[in-house]
Amino acid sequence: MNWNTLQQNRAVRLQRAATVLGSELEGKSLPAARIADLLHAVLECGDRVCLEGNNQKQADFLGHALANLDPARINQLHMLQSVLALPEHLDVSERGIAARLDFSFSGPQAARVARLASAGKLNIGAIHTYLELFSRYFVDLPPRVCLIAAEAADRHGNLYTGPNTEDTPAIVEATAFKQGIVIVQVNRIVDQLPRVDVPADWVDFVVQSPRPYYIEPLFTRDPAQISEIQVLMAMMAIKGIYAEYGVQRLNHGIGFDTAAIELLLPTYAESLGLRGKIGQHWALNPHPALIPAIEAGFVKSVHSFGSELGMENYIHARPDVFAIGPDGSMRSNRAMCQAAGHYACDMFIGSTLQIDLQGNSSTATAGRISGFGGASNMGADARGRRHASPAWLKAGQQARAGRNTIPRGQKLVVQMVETFREHMQPAFVEKLDAWTLMEQADMAIPPVMIYGDDVTHILTEEGIANLLLCRSDEEREQAIRGVAGYTPVGLGRDQRMVENLRDRGIIQRAEDLGVDKRMATRDLLAARNMKDLVRASGGLYQPPKRFRNW
Amino acid sequence: METLNYRFEHGSRALTAQPQVVGVVGSGNLEVLIEAAELDGACSIEIQTAAVGFGAIWQAVMHDFQQRWQLANARISINDMGATPAVVSLRMDQAVQTMLGDAA
Repeated sequence: MNWNTLQQNRAVRLQRAATVLGSELEGKSLPAARIADLLHAVLECGDRVCLEGNNQKQADFLGHALANLDPARINQLHMLQSVLALPEHLDVSERGIAARLDFSFSGPQAARVARLASAGKLNIGAIHTYLELFSRYFVDLPPRVCLIAAEAADRHGNLYTGPNTEDTPAIVEATAFKQGIVIVQVNRIVDQLPRVDVPADWVDFVVQSPRPYYIEPLFTRDPAQISEIQVLMAMMAIKGIYAEYGVQRLNHGIGFDTAAIELLLPTYAESLGLRGKIGQHWALNPHPALIPAIEAGFVKSVHSFGSELGMENYIHARPDVFAIGPDGSMRSNRAMCQAAGHYACDMFIGSTLQIDLQGNSSTATAGRISGFGGASNMGADARGRRHASPAWLKAGQQARAGRNTIPRGQKLVVQMVETFREHMQPAFVEKLDAWTLMEQADMAIPPVMIYGDDVTHILTEEGIANLLLCRSDEEREQAIRGVAGYTPVGLGRDQRMVENLRDRGIIQRAEDLGVDKRMATRDLLAARNMKDLVRASGGLYQPPKRFRNW
Repeated sequence: METLNYRFEHGSRALTAQPQVVGVVGSGNLEVLIEAAELDGACSIEIQTAAVGFGAIWQAVMHDFQQRWQLANARISINDMGATPAVVSLRMDQAVQTMLGDAA
């Protein structure tokens, strides 16, 4: 019995690469022009290949090279990817290089994923959340080859991944310790790295990319686009949920709804005397919209999945708040932050596209296979959690009052939506589009982003529905209808039951919360445009060009 | 354009004399004029809207508005450029609250 096939196979692959590249391989480094030769040499048909790319940084040079390989030589690859963001990510399937795909999120390519899947060109293993996919890298899907992106390498192959470290540690560790091949594109090769994020002996090949890797400023929200309805909803969130439960540890979604909350902390929340009482610890990317709250002393710490373009100097100057290496630049880690968001946070609050009568929420729409990303892990009660906090205990007490159950807490999971989206599309529906997509794409279950039994509150411009306090499926349905406004679901409410739920505090309108609607104007935002954010940062925040509209 | 008219009888809350205008005429927004008028205790609402075919929703939004405020002898004129029900309700509540001051 040979117990050493992986190591032996690895040695064969490395030997093939050495032969093909000859003297052009200097240590671990090869010229960008030889990347196709390297990939043809180290890859074998049917390999599991992890291409790094998420909703932020992309190993785009390596992805492009992979998509342009000769399908007669390299085919049947099994691709593993956090996010399908670039056209190349699907070119590999269309060109017959890859045959199978396991992934998390495909936002920008969702329509093409659906088309390729129905044409039989793409065999989807499963659609995951980030944490699930990373976990499988270590259990049953270790990559044979991984293609990753780093900021810089030194002559030995040590890597600096810097502020946008993101998925890299999980991918490299899963690959290197199963005798896989680690190939990295770097923006530059230097003599001395600012710090070592990945040690050289985990890395096999380094190639300097002709262009810096692509990165998307996904978490930048221009305050100029925040509406007065969002201000009103943010006021209700702060008074009715943050203050009510004393939420100290939390994660925000990426939309304008939660950006409005961030910008109301130094104004509205401050006026309610909430500084120090809410929102001190965050699992969150460095949102520019959080700058005024940090400057006002609301925020003690921010642990991040990734960084955000333009925030580098600000982060560097606020080392007590962000995670900083000895070199002074930030370090992020998506897997760790996903775990933190799941286990260490008392609340998740974010937006969605559709909510049904059980409170299930989904961003799936017919004809688009978009997957999940991270919200499902943030927006789920952590059943394995054992440590108590006031917010967690209060939510658990509300859910269990009057029931003969052992005491335990519960995570607050808040879905925040306007009742109508653009073009008068109702956010509340009898049946999620996810069901149609399940049939179209032949899925085992409808793709639900956040399950109704994890959702504790639904917040709309009509008020807050506290689902923890509902005692039957019928009450739950009427609580949801009661904040669904003038959508068909809302108009279908039972008036008497909804008034009864309001009397019991299960539904709370703005006036019940003591929220003065006259204050719901954009004047309440701590920053009203990008320039205000720059000013709040003392000039340290440098927004990407497309956000510089002054 | 569509014109919609609603009249709710037997209101109980009188307005102050000074008319109030809130909002702006712009896409997704609306302008609301509220003024006191001798209407035999009724609240009368006239809506000019750019979005045709949402009569049932307007009816429900206006009904709920009057439920909240019970206005008497009030004339409301709305010039709508496709605002959502959320924006309509917020503007109207802001206008009435401003007119009534802290008595609201």
